Amino acid sequence: MGPIVTVLEHQGGELTQASRELLAKARELSDALAAPVTAVAFGPEAAACLAHCGAADGVAVTGGFDTYVPTVWEASLRAVVDELKPGLVLCANTTLGMDLGASLAAQADLAMIAYVCGLDVNEGKLQAVCQVYAGKLMAEVDVPTTGAVLTVLPGSWPAGSESQAETPVRPLSAAAAPGLEPTRLITPEAGDVDITRADILVSVGRGIEDPDNLELAEALAAALGGVVSCSRPVVDAGWLPRTRQVGKSGQTVKPKLYLALGISGAPEHLQGMKDSELIVAINSDPGAPIFDVAHYGATVDILELMPALTEQLEGGG
Amino acid sequence: MRAAVLLKDVPDLVEDLELEESGQALAVDVLSYVPSEWDDQALEEALLLKEDGGGTGPVEVHAIAIDTGDIDAMLFSALAKGADSATKLTGDFDRGLTSRQRARILATYLEGQAFDLVLTGVQAVDDLDGQIAGLLAGYLHWPHASVVRDVAVEDGQVRFVQEYAGGVMGEFRADGPVVLGIQAARKPPRYVPIARIRQIQRTSSLSEVSMERPEDAGHLAVRRLYRPESSSHAAMWDGDVDAVAAAIRALLAEKQLGN
Repeated sequence: MGPIVTVLEHQGGELTQASRELLAKARELSDALAAPVTAVAFGPEAAACLAHCGAADGVAVTGGFDTYVPTVWEASLRAVVDELKPGLVLCANTTLGMDLGASLAAQADLAMIAYVCGLDVNEGKLQAVCQVYAGKLMAEVDVPTTGAVLTVLPGSWPAGSESQAETPVRPLSAAAAPGLEPTRLITPEAGDVDITRADILVSVGRGIEDPDNLELAEALAAALGGVVSCSRPVVDAGWLPRTRQVGKSGQTVKPKLYLALGISGAPEHLQGMKDSELIVAINSDPGAPIFDVAHYGATVDILELMPALTEQLEGGG
Repeated sequence: MRAAVLLKDVPDLVEDLELEESGQALAVDVLSYVPSEWDDQALEEALLLKEDGGGTGPVEVHAIAIDTGDIDAMLFSALAKGADSATKLTGDFDRGLTSRQRARILATYLEGQAFDLVLTGVQAVDDLDGQIAGLLAGYLHWPHASVVRDVAVEDGQVRFVQEYAGGVMGEFRADGPVVLGIQAARKPPRYVPIARIRQIQRTSSLSEVSMERPEDAGHLAVRRLYRPESSSHAAMWDGDVDAVAAAIRALLAEKQLGN
């Protein structure tokens, strides 16, 4: 089998948690499949991030860009894949993984396996487990021996620690790839509360039904000494700012209490809150995936529960 | 500017997902299907673009779907919402079509159609073998981006915003044809009354284009589909709202949480 190419992301000079998870699995599979791990990272800090990543070797792609540009990264990764002919390409199921994974698979004629949450060698065969149908079903898939690109859900297995050994890193100039020009990077507006620092989050989802009902969540959060956060549909409806969004394209939070109200628990949301210390979920659907990560739950109407709980907390009744 | 919007339907997750006896595939014949929610977002974003205008000329919106069965209503609904045309790609297709095969069919069709912009959902609940936007762009060798919102056409060029983790976003300008995987439209998908769809069905028609069924390149051998066996499940509180509120309050007191 060809090498295991692991596409790494970094922030502020540090590999992301999802990237360290990919590396841990790649190193484990390297032993089982007798395939070396080649780590690929992009940007001016790539070489430093790869230096102790534990891969057999690293490729630091630099030049031609200051921020992420899908076309440039894709063309550069394609060059690496054409050269190394990997048995596996591992990406995190982030924006970057969704950009690069399927396109690379189509261009390089590799199989593509998305939403991977398990990856192990059984009886000599590499098998992936994937979360499909919004987490309602799992698919167990044989990973083709002819090469495959896998996008892995963050949090699927533990991250590895930094290696003492130095990884030899070679530079690669970014491929020229016209088509998309980055015009600006937009960072979240300051001024709103930082939900990643809150001990208690009262988090609302589709079940809130109407923006007027947010008052109920605000009152409950005030009674608890917490703040209101939300799942993606609430932000998309324009009812709360993006700074309040928990999940894959929002914030990752680990509060002491995460009170999930009317949130079904799509994988993208669970990704951002499943490590909270205490999770209490209220959802009218007893089969909602949120109950698989919650410690306590109930199926009552959240629009009735919020004022009732607020009253009990305020009145001591 | 000509914008294509790629639509598909997917199993309705509100209902139980029945499996074939083999346990390796969904029992597609007994399932209900609904338009993929992210494709709905893509259609809405395209219709908003059309309403915005393209600066140097109108934006045409063309809805396209592969005929895997019962997709006419979805296409007529797109027309009723404001799409300029709706095209059904017909052939020896069924609901077992993989994302890869879909992307190949769509690429073959789109190659000759001179579209400037292709919008589709960022993902679908059943795209185990890859998201359509990326696969399609890979086959077409067009630039593309996923997790996109806020698409605009200015001076004949497409601008869009791509979302990253932590609320960070990047803004891009496309120099030519581009495929975008839409995460969310600027507004919730519009509602169209059934009476309006029926009226459109009487006064409009779908274009039909016959396509070949491609080989299943990148075929995945699914050993089994199964419902997740959760290693844990919430301890559930029974009782009415007041009982649940009391249980939460007691829990918070025990954990010394809250004011």
